[in-house]
Amino acid sequence: MTKLNSKIPSGSIDTKWTQYKASVPLVNPANKRKIEVIVVGTGLAGASAASSLAELGYKVKAFCFQDSPRRAHSIAAQGGINAAKNYQNDGDSVYRLFYDTIKGGDYRAREANVHRLSEVSGSIIDQCVAQGVPFAREYGGLLSNRSFGGTQVQRTFYAAGQTGQQLLLGAYSSLQRQVGMGNVQMYSRHEMLDIVMIDGKARGIIARNLITGELERHFGHAVLLCSGGYGNVFYLSTNAMGSNVTAAWKAHRKGAYFGNPCFTQIHPTCIPVSGDHQSKLTLMSESLRNDGRIWVPAKPEDAKALQNGTKKANDIPEADRDYYLERRYPAFGNLVPRDVASRAAKERCDAGFGVNPTGQAVFLDYAAAIERYGKIEATKQNLSNPDSATIKALGKEVVKEKYGNLFDMYLQITGENPYETPMKIYPAVHYTMGGLWVDYELMTTVPGLYALGEANFSDHGANRLGASALMQGLADGYFVIPYTIGNYLSQDIRTAAIPTDHPAFVEAENNVREQINKFFAIKGTKSVDYFHKRLGKIMWDKCGMARNEKGLKEAIEEIRALRIEFWSDVRIPGESNEFNPELEKAGRVADFIELGELMCLDALTREESCGGHFREEHQTEEGEALRHDDKFAFVSAWEMKEVGKWELHKEELVYENIKIAQRSYK
Amino acid sequence: MSTTGMNLTLKIWRQKNGNERGRFETYPVSGISEDMSFLEMFDVLNEQLITEGKDPIAFDHDCREGICGMCSMYINGQPHGPNDRVTTCQLHMRSFKNGDTIVVEPWRAAAFPVIKDLAVDRSSFDRIIAAGGFVSVNTGNAQDANSLPIAKENADEAFAAAACIGCGACVAACKNSSAMLFVSAKVSQLALLPQGEPERRERVINMVNKMDEEGFGNCTNTGACAEECPKGISLENIARLNREFLLANVSGK
Repeated sequence: MTKLNSKIPSGSIDTKWTQYKASVPLVNPANKRKIEVIVVGTGLAGASAASSLAELGYKVKAFCFQDSPRRAHSIAAQGGINAAKNYQNDGDSVYRLFYDTIKGGDYRAREANVHRLSEVSGSIIDQCVAQGVPFAREYGGLLSNRSFGGTQVQRTFYAAGQTGQQLLLGAYSSLQRQVGMGNVQMYSRHEMLDIVMIDGKARGIIARNLITGELERHFGHAVLLCSGGYGNVFYLSTNAMGSNVTAAWKAHRKGAYFGNPCFTQIHPTCIPVSGDHQSKLTLMSESLRNDGRIWVPAKPEDAKALQNGTKKANDIPEADRDYYLERRYPAFGNLVPRDVASRAAKERCDAGFGVNPTGQAVFLDYAAAIERYGKIEATKQNLSNPDSATIKALGKEVVKEKYGNLFDMYLQITGENPYETPMKIYPAVHYTMGGLWVDYELMTTVPGLYALGEANFSDHGANRLGASALMQGLADGYFVIPYTIGNYLSQDIRTAAIPTDHPAFVEAENNVREQINKFFAIKGTKSVDYFHKRLGKIMWDKCGMARNEKGLKEAIEEIRALRIEFWSDVRIPGESNEFNPELEKAGRVADFIELGELMCLDALTREESCGGHFREEHQTEEGEALRHDDKFAFVSAWEMKEVGKWELHKEELVYENIKIAQRSYK
Repeated sequence: MSTTGMNLTLKIWRQKNGNERGRFETYPVSGISEDMSFLEMFDVLNEQLITEGKDPIAFDHDCREGICGMCSMYINGQPHGPNDRVTTCQLHMRSFKNGDTIVVEPWRAAAFPVIKDLAVDRSSFDRIIAAGGFVSVNTGNAQDANSLPIAKENADEAFAAAACIGCGACVAACKNSSAMLFVSAKVSQLALLPQGEPERRERVINMVNKMDEEGFGNCTNTGACAEECPKGISLENIARLNREFLLANVSGK
C-alpha cells in the first residue's frame, strides 16, 4: 500500500506557506523558456494558471472543449468571492476565514491547505481589481461586501449576481493577453481524452479536435488539470451541459487517486424540476438568503392546498407560516451552511409540507425584505407617512438593484414574478468537494500531473461554504501553482521536449481511437442521454441528499448493470471525423458511469455523516449529521485497479490549530 | 411522447460542414410543454432524430442559464428569438403557441463561418480581445484593492458594459455584420476605469484594427445590435468607442 505523502511543510500554521515560498527551488528565466506546460480547462483555475505561468516565461498550451475559453462554467457563479480583507471592520481575519472554512467543511479538510487559501485570499481581490474587474462599490468608491452562509462577517466581494462572470472575464483577458503575446497557444473546441505517461511521469495528452475529429498529441513537461467538478454525474445539476469528469477520470485511470468522491454539494436554492424534459437546474444565488426568508406552511392542510393549486402563497397568513431555518437555527437563521439548509428543506418536504404540485419545493420570500428596504428608502427621502404601495415600490427598486438579474432569470424560467409572489426553490446538485487527490503542492499521485480548482479535492472538506469556490480556483491558479510547480520543474530543466512520435504517445492515441471505434461499432438503440438520465436517477435517489447502506449497495449493482447495457446498446450517430456532439457526450457518460460506482462505494465505506455526506444510519436525535472522528478523520483516496475495482488509501487528518468539535449553527 | 402540449413545425438550417452548401429541412415536433426551454425542445427533436437513425442537429449551448454566451440560433429572424433581453437557452416555449412554424438559422456573418448546422466559429472575438481587451498587469503586481477608489457611477457603468457575454447576437442582428457593440463594450469597460487608463489609446486602435482585419462590417448606426443584445449592452458604448478612437488617432498614437 502506497503511503500518501501530503508534503505539508513543517512549522507553525501561519508560517508554513511563507517558509515554503522562501525555500522552494526556482527555475531561472532562461530555463523557463524551454519548459512546456499543458493546462486543461480554462475556468478560473485554468485561465489564472495558464496566464500566470506564461507571464513567468513558461511555454503554455491551454485546452478547452467550449468554443472559447471565456465560456468555462466558472462564468455562471453568481454570488461572490470571499477574502479576509476585514474592510468592514467586523472582526474578520485570515484565521477566522481559515476557521470558518474548516468548520464549514465539517472537519474533513486539510488544515495547511485551507490556511494558505485564507492567506492568499486578499491578494486575489487586489489582482482582480487591477485587471479591471468591476466589483460592486459603495458611494465613497470603495469595495462593497455582503455576507454568505456559514459566516458571521461580511467578507464576500461581488459584482451583482454575476461575480463568476466578471472574475472569469478578468482571468480570460489575462489569458488572451498572453495568447496575443505568443506565450500561450490556445486550443478551443479540443477535448483531452488521455494522459500520456513516460517513465512514470505525466508527459502530455491526447486531445480530440472537436471540429475535425482529428486526434492530436501534445507534449508537456507537466500537465495541469483544471477541468472542474463532476456534478453532472447526477444528470440534473446546476453545472453546464458540457461539464464533465473525463479529464480527471482519464488521470484516475492512469494512476491518480480520487479523493472523497462521495462529497457532493447539494445547493439549497435552485429552481425546482418542472418536468421530464428538464435538461439542467438553475441556481438562485445563495446571496438571496441574505434578505429572503425561507418558509413552508405550518399546517398540513395548507400544504395540501398549495400542492393542488387551491391556495397560493399569499393566501397563507403570517401566523401559519413555518420559517423553519429561523426556528431551528436562531444564531445563523437563513444563513446556515448549504448542507444544513438543503437537508432542512428535504426534511420539511418529506414530511409533506412541500409547496408545489410535486411537493418538492419551499418558498423563498422577499416580501419582508421589500418592505424593510422600502421603509429605509422612504426615511432617506424624507417621506412622511408613506402608504404601503409607495413603500413597496421603493423597496422593489432596492431589491432590483441588488438581485435584479436573478429575479429576471426566475421570471424567464418559471413565468412567475418573484417581486409579487414568493419564489419556489428546492435543493439541487451544485458542486463536488471531492476530486483528484493532491498534495500540498497540488500534485496528484502521478508525478508531473497537477489538479487545480474544483477538479481537486483539497480545500472544502465535506461541505464548501458559499463564495469559496471562486476563491479556491483563483488561489490555486494565481498564487499557488506558480510557486509549487517550480519544485518539480526545477528538477526537469535538462529534459528536452519529447517528440510526440514516442511509443507512449502512439499507444495512448491508439487507445483513444479504439474507444471511439468501439462506440460506433455498438450500433445500439438508445441515445446517450437515455443512459445519462438513468444514471442520474440512481445517483439522486440513492447517493443524493441522504444515503443508506441498502440503497448504496443497490445503486452499485444497478450502475454495474447500466454500464454493461450502455456498452451494448448505445447509439452514436454520424462519424468520428466530424463535429459530433453525441460522440463527445458518449465519452463523458461512459466515464460518469464508472465514477458513479466509485461515489457509491465511497459513500458506503464512510460510515458516518459529515457535511454534504449524510448517512441516515448516523444522525443525532435532532436529525443533524453525526461524525465519527475516531474512525473517519481521514481523506479517502481511491486507487483504481481495474474497472469496478478500487483500493482505499487513507490520509489521516491532523488538527493542530482548530479544536475539532460538533458543528453547531444554533 | 405525451399527447398534450404544443405541436410545432420547425424549419431548421442543415449544413454538414463549412465547405458544403446548406439548406432548410422541415421537422414536426409534438407534445412540447410550455415549461420547456427552446433548447430542451431541440433536445426532444434530437432524441427523435437519433431514434429514427438520422443525424441530430448540431447547435452550441453550455450553461443553459444565460451567461456563458455559447448558445446562438437566429429564430424567426431574430437572434435569440422573439423576447427582449433573453438568450436562446432562457427562451421558453410559453412564448410560442400551438401550430406555430419556427424558422431557425445559424448566426450569419463572414467572420463567423458555419461549423455544422447551427454552430458557428466565433474565435474572431477571442482574437479581438487578444489584441487589446485587457489591462497589462501580471499576477502579483497589484496594490491593495481599496487603494484605488472608483466612483460608484463609473464602476456601475463599467459593469454594465462588462456584462457582455460575447455571444455574437449583435453581429448576427447587424445588416453589415459589424462587431462594434462587442468591441465597444470592452473598450468602454476599461475606458471608464482608472486601471485601463495607461493603455487606453493603443487598446482602442489595436482592437478596432483587429476587428476590421477579421472581416466584420462597418457600423451604420441602425441600432439593431443593442436592440437584440440579450444583456442590454447600450448603444452609448459605440458612441464612446468612436470618441476613444478619434481621440487616440488625433493624439498621434
